[in-house]
Amino acid sequence: MKQIFEALEKDARLTAEQISTMTGISVAEVKKSIKKAEEDRAVLKYKAVIDWAKLGEEQVLALVEVKVVPQRDVGFDAIAERIYRFPQARSVYLASGTYDLAVLVAGKSMQEIAVFVSQKLAPLETVQGTVTHFILKKYKEDGEIFEGGEGIKRLPVTP
Amino acid sequence: MSKSGSSHIKASQSHISERVSALPPSGIRKFFDLLSSIEGVISLGVGEPDFVTPWHIREAAIYSLEKGYTMYTSNKGTPELRAELASHLESRFGLTYDPDNEILITVGVSEGVDLAARAILNPGDEVLMPDPCYVAYPASVSLAGGIPIQVPTTEENDFKITADDIEPRITQRTKAILLGYPCNPTGAVLSKEELTQIAELAKRYNLLVISDEVYGRLVYGVEHTCLASLPGMRERTILLNGFSKAYAMTGWRIGYAASDSEIVGAMTKIHQYTMLCASIMGQMAAIEALKAGDSEVEAMVREYDRRRRVIVKGFRDIGLSCFEPKGAFYAFPSIKITGMTSEEFAEKLLMEEKVAVVPGSAFGQCGEGYIRCCYATSLPEIEEALKKMGRFVERHRKAKNR
Repeated sequence: MKQIFEALEKDARLTAEQISTMTGISVAEVKKSIKKAEEDRAVLKYKAVIDWAKLGEEQVLALVEVKVVPQRDVGFDAIAERIYRFPQARSVYLASGTYDLAVLVAGKSMQEIAVFVSQKLAPLETVQGTVTHFILKKYKEDGEIFEGGEGIKRLPVTP
Repeated sequence: MSKSGSSHIKASQSHISERVSALPPSGIRKFFDLLSSIEGVISLGVGEPDFVTPWHIREAAIYSLEKGYTMYTSNKGTPELRAELASHLESRFGLTYDPDNEILITVGVSEGVDLAARAILNPGDEVLMPDPCYVAYPASVSLAGGIPIQVPTTEENDFKITADDIEPRITQRTKAILLGYPCNPTGAVLSKEELTQIAELAKRYNLLVISDEVYGRLVYGVEHTCLASLPGMRERTILLNGFSKAYAMTGWRIGYAASDSEIVGAMTKIHQYTMLCASIMGQMAAIEALKAGDSEVEAMVREYDRRRRVIVKGFRDIGLSCFEPKGAFYAFPSIKITGMTSEEFAEKLLMEEKVAVVPGSAFGQCGEGYIRCCYATSLPEIEEALKKMGRFVERHRKAKNR
């Protein structure tokens, strides 16, 4: 079972037939497992890792540290929900350490992100403060190295 | 002066020793020269992982250089690596070896095979080994003055060497059996029961067994049995293993031999004069691999397994019969339906479709009619190679039947 999703996580475009070949699990069983995982939202969606800069598109990312006051009964969940409902917030994590929520914000420009943080995020009632770090360069995302991967330096025929 | 000197001039033209002249060149080497002249080749002809050594292992070697570890080590290898190996063998197989005199760090398993052969063979001694087998086995035995006796294995029997096939070939001169399972080139694995039968034979005829288990970590759906762990075998087994395949460390050249102190002592004697010691950087990296490399090995094995299933099914789909390899990272399909020899097949496939495979005949007579295909390459490449090979086989099968 785990093998199915390991293969899928590496390459979401694999067909059930291909996964069946790789794992030795029957096609029907693979299809059933994937369908069930999708229904249970164990598989949330299928996406591509894209180097937008290479496509000539500008995209600005910022990692925003958010310090909040947890609320009785709901802890951090209520404020996290207030934040993750904004489509600008790409990822939202509760983190240990000097701040509470780590929010990855995407926008077309620095201005757009600045507006989002100052107008939407920072004014939220329980938010005590924010620190915005603009991402200057992406080296690696989801396990993929953007530039200068190591390549394979082996000889074409060896014993 | 010139006259008296001339009487000492040898009749022979060659400066090369007879022993080396008699040695056939590696069938792989010949192919390599042809391949180097062609661009854009998909190669299934390699014998090593396509993973770079895990970063934490490389980092340990870099750190050791920064700390100034650049000198010779003890002939036997650093005490720390030998101690790590001893506890590794203990925890994996329940084998106890004294790290002080029963373990020797070698320059890859290749050196281990050579040392083992030279340490135990007298001129004319015979060593039994499977056919097909790794190219260095017969050569190492010949170079040590021994005689390699190949025991045929067949696809019908999943390329397993059996006690029944070995026994009739045992003579007064037989000194040892040389096994390399999981097998390069076939991917065959011997079960515990099959190894036990061979072990019984070794005990009955008082033979040593040289067991190259370098692919021991790369098995799929079966357990690897360490030959030395079988009852009564520890003292008559020369266990050879290394870091190249499991930890993707081929270029580091670190292997080891474990056996009783008399044999390891004899091997160490040769090693100290010919090699002095294995490189310290590699040994430092190997310590890290043993301490913290397991999760990477397991991840690589899972990835090889996916590719293995794809390539085996792929060969069968294009009409090549292919037994299921349970170890290493090779598939060994039959190409007999094309009517070509392995060499012809490999050469034509390379010229026509730019896919490189190694002719099975490079590994012994019984490899004729087969090709060795390494699946330690990316899935898209494997799929592309299969597509091209399918086209090729279709074309040549038709040509043959016309």
